[in-house]
Amino acid sequence: MLDVKAGDEASFDLLLQKYRLPLVNFLFRMVRDAASAEDLAQEVFLRVYRARKQYSPSAKFTTWLFRIATNLALNSVRDNRHRRMDVSIDAPVGEHEVPQELPARSLRIDEHMIERDRAQFIRHAIAGLPEKQRVAVLLHKYEEMDYGEIARVLECSESALKSLLFRAYETLRVQLAPLVADTVAPRAGEGRPA
Amino acid sequence: MKCHEVADELIAYLDRRANSAERQIIEEHLRTCAPCRTRAEQFRKVWNVLDEVPSIEPSLGFDVRLRQRVASELRPKWAGWFVLEPRLAFSMALLIALTVWMAKMPPATSLETELGTKQQFEMIKDLPVLENYDVLSKFDALSELGPAQASEPVPQKDRPANPNGGGS
Repeated sequence: MLDVKAGDEASFDLLLQKYRLPLVNFLFRMVRDAASAEDLAQEVFLRVYRARKQYSPSAKFTTWLFRIATNLALNSVRDNRHRRMDVSIDAPVGEHEVPQELPARSLRIDEHMIERDRAQFIRHAIAGLPEKQRVAVLLHKYEEMDYGEIARVLECSESALKSLLFRAYETLRVQLAPLVADTVAPRAGEGRPA
Repeated sequence: MKCHEVADELIAYLDRRANSAERQIIEEHLRTCAPCRTRAEQFRKVWNVLDEVPSIEPSLGFDVRLRQRVASELRPKWAGWFVLEPRLAFSMALLIALTVWMAKMPPATSLETELGTKQQFEMIKDLPVLENYDVLSKFDALSELGPAQASEPVPQKDRPANPNGGGS
């Protein structure tokens, strides 16, 4: 990032290559719409580029990046929530917003459908968490950020973050109980004779 | 250590980020507390379940779109005044092409214009006759002759030559 600050455009490309995948996925898990996630990711990179001169090496780049992403995602979620309420309070949430994922070749159609439904169920459970808990879980579970970094993104203390994470996983433990019970048994397709 | 005290450190213990002292305290608690042991086990399963959510790939145009937006950031703001909007540029090009096309077209040859030319030709053909008539009608010497003589036909030699060359 310091190279980008010094005006090295190639370094910005390196940042883009390194962070676009985790950033798009983080935003997708936040807003649950692939197109919106891409638009937001572009906005995050643009803001990073615009603010390159003000970048201070005291803050870790990922912390800075994900703080911008979190703020944009939360604003977008809030805006969409209001818009959705304007349209219809009974409208199904996010069923059409999930991009088509290609089935693994080893899976049969019914197995793929089960897997897709499970993924949908999990996404729904994550989306149901309060905003801060959701960000904490996504950064902890999927981005594998350390507690200090997540705390800085959320602007809270590490002990508050640990408490936040505990409450979030406790909620998910209850919400995902039907799936958690299944995980003991071998997954569909595994151990089946050819 | 009580259950609610373990709760906040349980995640750090499970994801192996707790230090050795904390790990030891929590392990001791889990050995004696069945509900916390069950909870810890279920947290591990929840994490496995969360791994089932597949990742998505950014679309193919993502990088190109972003680079274009970054490039537009690099241009100074005032430069935008000199960059034509596509629609405006198209309209201007169309207007210029239309002007050039109209300028290259031959002059209009409508029926009305053709008739006008023929009439003009007839007028030019009869112009000497009309001019002579004008001269004779305003000739002072003729007016002095009086009305009877003035009405007499003009002598042949004074009559203007037939512009068509005919003698009659």
